[in-house]
Amino acid sequence: MRKDGQIWLNFALQKTAAVRSRRFSRLAKPVFCFSSYGLTRQSPPPSEGASAVLPEPFVKWFAERGWAPRAHQLELLSRTQAGKSVLLIAPTGAGKTLAGFLPSLTDLATRPKRKPGEAHRGIHTLYISPLKALAVDIERNLGRPVEDMGLPISIETRTGDTPTHKRQRQKLVPPDILLTTPEQLALLIASSDARRFFEDLRYVVLDELHSLVTSKRGHLLSLGLARLRHYVPDLQSIGLSATVAQPDELRQWLVSQNPTREMSDLITVEGGAKPDITILDSEERVPWAGHSARYAIGDVYEAIKKHKTTLLFVNTRSQAELLFQELWRINEDTLPIALHHGSLDVGQRRRVEKAMADNVLRAVVATSTLDLGIDWGDVDLVVHVGAPKGASRLAQRIGRANHRMDEPSRAILVPANRFEVLECRAALEANYVGAQDTPPLIEGALDVLAQHVLGCACGAPFDADELYNEIRSAAPYAALDRDSFDRVIAFVATGGYALRTYERYARIKLTKEGKWRVTHPRVAQQYRLNVGTIVEAPALNVRYTRAKGGAMRGGAPLGKIEEHFVETLTQGDMFIFAGKVLRFEGIRENECYVSNGNSSKVLVPSYAGGKFPLSTYLAEQVRGMLADPARWSSLPDQVSDWLRIQQDKSVLPPKDQLLVETFPRGSRFYMVAYPFEGRLAHQTLGMLLTRRLERSGARPLGFVATDYSLAVWSLGDMGAMFKAKKPSLDDLFDEDMLGDDLEAWLNDSWLLKRTFRNCAVIAGLIEKRYPGQEKSGRQVTVSADLIYDVLRSHEPDHILLRATRADAGSGLLDVRRLAEMLSRIRGRIMHKALDHISPLAVPVMMEIGRESVNGEANDSLLSEAADLIEEAMGPE
Amino acid sequence: MNVAARDMSPGSSQADAIVVAGQRAVCDLRGALYFRDLGLLAVSDLHLEKGSSFARRGALLPPYDTAVTLQRLEAVIADYRPRIVVSLGDSFHDGQGAARLHEIFRAGLETMMAGRDWYWVAGNHDPEAPADLPGETVRELAVAGLVFRHEPARKGGEGEIAGHLHPCARIVQRGRSVRRRCFASDGLRLIMPAFGAFTGSLNVLDKAYAGLFRREALMAYMLGQARVYPIAGSLLRA
Repeated sequence: MRKDGQIWLNFALQKTAAVRSRRFSRLAKPVFCFSSYGLTRQSPPPSEGASAVLPEPFVKWFAERGWAPRAHQLELLSRTQAGKSVLLIAPTGAGKTLAGFLPSLTDLATRPKRKPGEAHRGIHTLYISPLKALAVDIERNLGRPVEDMGLPISIETRTGDTPTHKRQRQKLVPPDILLTTPEQLALLIASSDARRFFEDLRYVVLDELHSLVTSKRGHLLSLGLARLRHYVPDLQSIGLSATVAQPDELRQWLVSQNPTREMSDLITVEGGAKPDITILDSEERVPWAGHSARYAIGDVYEAIKKHKTTLLFVNTRSQAELLFQELWRINEDTLPIALHHGSLDVGQRRRVEKAMADNVLRAVVATSTLDLGIDWGDVDLVVHVGAPKGASRLAQRIGRANHRMDEPSRAILVPANRFEVLECRAALEANYVGAQDTPPLIEGALDVLAQHVLGCACGAPFDADELYNEIRSAAPYAALDRDSFDRVIAFVATGGYALRTYERYARIKLTKEGKWRVTHPRVAQQYRLNVGTIVEAPALNVRYTRAKGGAMRGGAPLGKIEEHFVETLTQGDMFIFAGKVLRFEGIRENECYVSNGNSSKVLVPSYAGGKFPLSTYLAEQVRGMLADPARWSSLPDQVSDWLRIQQDKSVLPPKDQLLVETFPRGSRFYMVAYPFEGRLAHQTLGMLLTRRLERSGARPLGFVATDYSLAVWSLGDMGAMFKAKKPSLDDLFDEDMLGDDLEAWLNDSWLLKRTFRNCAVIAGLIEKRYPGQEKSGRQVTVSADLIYDVLRSHEPDHILLRATRADAGSGLLDVRRLAEMLSRIRGRIMHKALDHISPLAVPVMMEIGRESVNGEANDSLLSEAADLIEEAMGPE
Repeated sequence: MNVAARDMSPGSSQADAIVVAGQRAVCDLRGALYFRDLGLLAVSDLHLEKGSSFARRGALLPPYDTAVTLQRLEAVIADYRPRIVVSLGDSFHDGQGAARLHEIFRAGLETMMAGRDWYWVAGNHDPEAPADLPGETVRELAVAGLVFRHEPARKGGEGEIAGHLHPCARIVQRGRSVRRRCFASDGLRLIMPAFGAFTGSLNVLDKAYAGLFRREALMAYMLGQARVYPIAGSLLRA
């Protein structure tokens, strides 16, 4: 029935007649061009009962276009009409967004008109999305049917880009549907007319809920939602989410947890055709280590040539830049290939997005910035370069391809090294069986709570008991104890220090009526400037210099680059950024000036926090695959040979045991362990093990960690020490390392300092650094590191330090995962003493020298520099 | 910051010996400068009560900075037992800082001051004499060919010991950047690091330092974890 080059333009409505040509779609961007992934088998005609809830104009509107609503859309409508909150879980492109808005649109369409002279009504529906761009997209897409049907519904966005006059007008004359972000909701709550603004609210629609709930943004949003329920007790929430491992967590998240464990209704739409995923089978040798996948560039390019539009996903911005360079190096047909990642200039990103939607690109290299559900045109292939690190993430990314109802989406995985071959294989099998490994939700952060408490006070004076109950109705804070809550209030009021010297500077104070009220309008102003939970690493704007040789002046902006990378550059250094080779010219204030460079020897900027750790689920699958030679047949020969040789030369660890190899090499002794728990947990483990080995007299010199294994090297013979049980491996890996050793190391760790800085900014202890604030102002500001040192030595149990430790434990240190691993392998450690390095150890050994654990041992670098002088100058 | 527990005896390897305008001195790891021949100890930019100064404006920083700074000062004084102490200006973060000083700290400070000559050099943050504290307040102090003043003078400068700028220095080694507070000197003039617990710092190659040093003779004595590292100006990065 369909010809090639045509796409289905329904927004997951079952389209029965109209088919538009691709050419047409280029001319006029169709309304609701949500893809219709996986709906072919799921098109029962709407039942009589269900269609009864759809008002006449809608039925007519659908009929005129030859469409009919999908079953899950009507199901959601009827549940909300029965007064329920609902979580809708559906794969990308199943028409979630229309489903989410149908209750509002139908309700608004049948609402009595406002009589002249009657007061303006507050907003009816609040839509919250993690991306500004998504809110803007939705405004455009919703506008059309509202216009077609002539519905009396006003729809507006409110984001950081909304001009002040429009915001003020929105306060006076609220739109019926407001499309916004979590930060804007927090700001609205902190305004004195919040109650009036929200008192007519009926629905809150939370889009991409799965991506919101796992972060501090989600914590802030959950508190905002609790506040909205405080204004409107029978508020209904509608969550839209991709498939997750634990839907019940999200169902609880949507509704008041008073009583606890209450859940919203759930509607699940199953995915349709199984995606067609393959692992790239290259003639080239798969490297032992590294992340660039350079070996596969030729194959990837061929795949791009064979498809219309290819989306290439990588895990980090550095990898995106590298892959883009490599592709253009061999791009003999000058195919239009673009680059998209979060550090690029916004204008540049918007241009790429537009070109993508207009179907003028053949390929886009992208990071997770393209994970979320904006429509990306006619993608027919997804290539994932590097292992996907999680099965759910892979499934979501693959869902980006396929705008056709009757074809499976097509994806190619390109492992960058041998362990990644195993990981890709495991992920592929997981995707086939539909396994989910989205991370479990964590308890609400106390720094976020502090921000929210101040925000509430900025809105209106609050009663502590009432607010405590309200906050515990938010799922992440359901278990919050009263003492912690009171300490957060004390923190907001006077800093919460044991030495109570700041009473007279309090930001909030108890009134005679027993309510907490802000002491000064300035407090509310400061709050508004610092709202939000996204704390970016200090970054510099990258700009072209205008005049060569003359004074540096700003040319075109290219994006942002992290300060710690720029600081290592000297004039003339070449680096790649925004898909270009750039020559570093210098820094002025917070601008990094560059000119066009040539590609002699280039550096690649690194970005903090860009790496996802291997998911627990995939780790387990990889361990299982290693232990079971019967499954190796699905691996490429070079990889299965590698495992067989390992079996000969050493041993392969059984699934539930931890293999530890020791061997001498050069003048040093090595220990390689294979926990498969991800790089963050391994780094923490490496840090703790070296402390212990130091105490045992092994004289450790360093360690390096990958997602799969950990290598420690020393001057002492660790193999002999383990054999003599001085110490035994069981003692070395004992869980008690998570006690004093962890505490002692943590206290001086740069990781904790960085985490503290984020917490201090979110909690409002120190102000956000804005672009344009001069660096030379440094000597008058107080750095978070100094505050941390002072606080730690004088008040180690301060509420902010508690928040910091909780954060580090689940974030950069991954202590939770390390603890689970240590308990799992207790009494199950297999020691293999070898004379030589084993095949399995090669990948991590190749990382030595390439990777360094950032931020530690800086003094040794100073010492080196000082020695250079001594060397040059000779003894005095 | 358990300074007292470390071996900080004068002349240990944790301090670095230098010569400024012919006078021998040691740069102490904690950020103090000691002229043994003169029995004179200099510290700069204590910025006492900076925490409470911020708190007045709504940023509720921990109120422990004064305690930390004074503890450190007490330890340095106990180590060197100087006859003369010069506090090189910005001793208090603002004009009311001395008045806000808690009684315990005031008493501790007075104990440190007892039996020695104590000079408060006036700074831009604290141009007036600190309220109700002993010691002599001066605009600048000349001793044995040295001049102690808060803000470095644009002209001359031989024998000048100054503060105000909070110098730090940065090197890049093995592709990694290390930044530390430092003493900066070209042998004629010396600018001291800030001593206070909440004091930030400014790179010694910043334009604010323009014209103060003979570039080719500039040395940064960077304050590491356990010792002072003398680094040649040619290795420094802005």
